[in-house]
Amino acid sequence: MTALLTAHGLTKKFGGVTALDRLDLSVERNEILGLIGPNGSGKTTFFNVATGLYGAEAGAMTFDGIDITRASPQAIFRAGIARTFQRSRLLLPLSIFDNIMIGNHTRLSQSLWFNLVRRSAFKRELEASYVAARTLVEKFDRKLADRLLEPVGGLPMIERRRIEICRALINQPKLLLLDEPAAGMTHEETAELMDNILQVRALSAGLTIIIVEHEMGLIERVTDRCVAFNFGRKVAEGTYREVAADPHVQEAYFGVA
Amino acid sequence: MKPTEQKAHAPFLPGAAALGLMTFYLIALLAVERQPLIIGLLGIAIAGVLATGWLGLLAPVGRSFVEHENAFGALTVLAACVVAAAFHDNHFVLLLVVTVLLNSVATLGLNIQFGYAGVLNFAGASFLGVGAYTAAVLTAHTAVPHLLVLPIAGIAAALIGSLLLLPALRTRGHYAAVVTIAFALLFKTLLEVNDVLGGPQGLQVKGMEIFGWSLNDGMTIGPVELSFYLNYFFVSMALLVGAFILVRRLDRSWIGLNLDALRLDETAARCFGLNVARWKTVAFTLGNFIIGIAGALAGMIGGFVAPNNYTFADSLTLVSILLLGGIGSPWGSIVAAIIVVVVPEKLQTIQEYRFLLYATLVIVVLLFRSEGLLPRPMRRYIPGWRP
Repeated sequence: MTALLTAHGLTKKFGGVTALDRLDLSVERNEILGLIGPNGSGKTTFFNVATGLYGAEAGAMTFDGIDITRASPQAIFRAGIARTFQRSRLLLPLSIFDNIMIGNHTRLSQSLWFNLVRRSAFKRELEASYVAARTLVEKFDRKLADRLLEPVGGLPMIERRRIEICRALINQPKLLLLDEPAAGMTHEETAELMDNILQVRALSAGLTIIIVEHEMGLIERVTDRCVAFNFGRKVAEGTYREVAADPHVQEAYFGVA
Repeated sequence: MKPTEQKAHAPFLPGAAALGLMTFYLIALLAVERQPLIIGLLGIAIAGVLATGWLGLLAPVGRSFVEHENAFGALTVLAACVVAAAFHDNHFVLLLVVTVLLNSVATLGLNIQFGYAGVLNFAGASFLGVGAYTAAVLTAHTAVPHLLVLPIAGIAAALIGSLLLLPALRTRGHYAAVVTIAFALLFKTLLEVNDVLGGPQGLQVKGMEIFGWSLNDGMTIGPVELSFYLNYFFVSMALLVGAFILVRRLDRSWIGLNLDALRLDETAARCFGLNVARWKTVAFTLGNFIIGIAGALAGMIGGFVAPNNYTFADSLTLVSILLLGGIGSPWGSIVAAIIVVVVPEKLQTIQEYRFLLYATLVIVVLLFRSEGLLPRPMRRYIPGWRP
């Protein structure tokens, strides 16, 4: 079977800065891949190119057998890639349920006729969606599942992260991109989140995950394989231990001895 | 048990009492002519609202409106009819009430655009103008039934609005707003220099006729004479009810959620497959459609359209109604329309200073109650819905 996501010679420049420099990367189905590297090494840029927010200057990306190099974010989401953001991008004034439904919106009826006129059909869809959202949130946090109609704005960071992950999962993507899920969390929270991520994989058969993270404990425990970035290039690849021991990676983080 | 299920239903009474009081107050305010009395009444209203707020009595009122919204919608229509009935032979007051209704309708249109989708429209009055001019041309030169003139005027406003879509979709935030300001200025200037549509003098609009019955004729029932504006009151009221239900259902649907998402975070919305251009187009077009209908009816009521009725300042008035009432809050828009239309008209002493009043009101509200007089509540897809 071919890899789920492959990048070949992917290049992205911002003015004079080359954020991604002829990057070659492939992600196998069902694996959890960790992306590590110093700040500014191109990890988040890779996510933004992979989700279609940035267009690449050169190179190609394929996902599940189709070329997504020039695809729009909408098309890429529909193809099966969902993500969370480094700085949580929940819609704070809206309820937990509403936020999760944004991730589900390609499955909800979108016609004006259905939404404005067929209100009893709408109500059925609403109730079914509520059950689906509740079932998903319950897997992470039973208490949170009772509060789906409360605004997201008042929740602590870890709950927001979980909602972001639920929003990305509700549409049953093939590939989940987690951008620094442990950012801004305490040790205990990070540990809980690691359990959650492993749980996600155990529950969603066939889900592939890529995680960008600086918290090496998380990378070590959760990922099957790691890729280290520096200056937009892949400098090492392998299990976490192999990558952490790689002289190029140590050089990237600590400088040349 | 889920905690939401344990909460008792909000009582009906506080909302009903508040609505009754407001109806009574409004009748008193509209009836009184002497300036000191009017100033006194306005003072009482401000003091009364502040006092009930301070005593914590406003929250129960809000809760009963939210819980029993359909019932209160019907009661509010009834209350408006009571006000109209109280002034059944008074042209001036009825025209004022109709103006409130049509301004509310136009603001509901803006609400879809700015309140939900976040697309600023500083050309609201221009789209009222498109509607009114369409009505003028259609009633003068064609035999289109007048009930059809209204939706056609709405479609005309929506189509002309779509000229703005391309530049507005390619720019974001403030820049898109500037595009609409440019349109508002161009619209008025174009009408003034172009003689086809009457130039600066404008055009006459025929009064509305429904199945051969001219709404410009007053009626007499026994000894009671009814102002012809009462006819227009009912048509305007029907339009407001229709627009209100439309906006309400839109907000309480997946489309309302889409619009919220693209207003709050366009990037996140795109990453979850939302077609930003499509939904902005839907919101902008639907908003202009509603505004155009309001404009056509206003034109038929006024009997006359001229470029000077649709200035940038009039667009700003609509925006100030929206801000004052609360962005995204249809009930708020109606309350704010009452304040913005009625107060300057009753307070003859401040006539020339009315824009100063709007400005002060908006600034005070934004400072002390930044979400408007009646802030938009959390989305409840179906009133009283509990999962």
